[in-house]
Amino acid sequence: MSEITANRTLDCSGMNCPLPILKTKKEVDQMQSGEILKMISTDSGSANDMASWSNRTGHKIVGSNTESGTYTFYIQKS
Amino acid sequence: MADTKKLAIIASKGTLDWAYPPFILASAAAAMDMEAVLFFTFYGLPLLKKEIDLKVTPVGNPAMPMKMPFGSKEFQGFDWPIPNIISGNVPGFDTMATMLMKETFKKKGVATIEQLREMCQESGVRFIACQMTMDVFGFERKDFIDGVEYGGAAMFLEYAADANMSLFI
Repeated sequence: MSEITANRTLDCSGMNCPLPILKTKKEVDQMQSGEILKMISTDSGSANDMASWSNRTGHKIVGSNTESGTYTFYIQKS
Repeated sequence: MADTKKLAIIASKGTLDWAYPPFILASAAAAMDMEAVLFFTFYGLPLLKKEIDLKVTPVGNPAMPMKMPFGSKEFQGFDWPIPNIISGNVPGFDTMATMLMKETFKKKGVATIEQLREMCQESGVRFIACQMTMDVFGFERKDFIDGVEYGGAAMFLEYAADANMSLFI
């Protein structure tokens, strides 16, 4: 996957449900439309949770990858 | 985006374990651009106190695992078979069980009830305290955090009538 340039990074490593979602929402609220947030999570539930969050809020996940228990999401603010 | 969805929850339980679902769901709903109202009644009322002191008990709660938050993975995974005759009679057993659960939550990166409650308020979740049960159990408004609304069944039902999701916890 080609590198996505993020405007901000949010590290939610070690946090469990629902903290990654709550922190992501807080961060996205401070961003401009079109900007990209890189969110890192170690919560194995967050892959599906982030997808659901994205579906409801309309902020798109433009990229993601999983690497040995670490989940990275690139979220573009709508 | 679809129109704003509404979540209505009655929080009726005040043990450490059951304090989580209302605050988790309401804060997550707010993070998903939904509206949320938490109606606190009966044993849910202590969740609104300025100082929260919640406990959990394995007594009469056979599905609650008794696990240690320290030691090797195998040790932590072991479910201690504690009979009710011990957990119900040994002084301080609930305090110990509470301490273990809090420690496990912390180790697993789970937020505290206080944190989740604060995040709910920050994100606009409304808290309504049931005035009738407050009167019955002797709770006073000065004991509760700021920003709580006070009302009764009609106040909850008015909101819940238009809610997309209504839960009793």
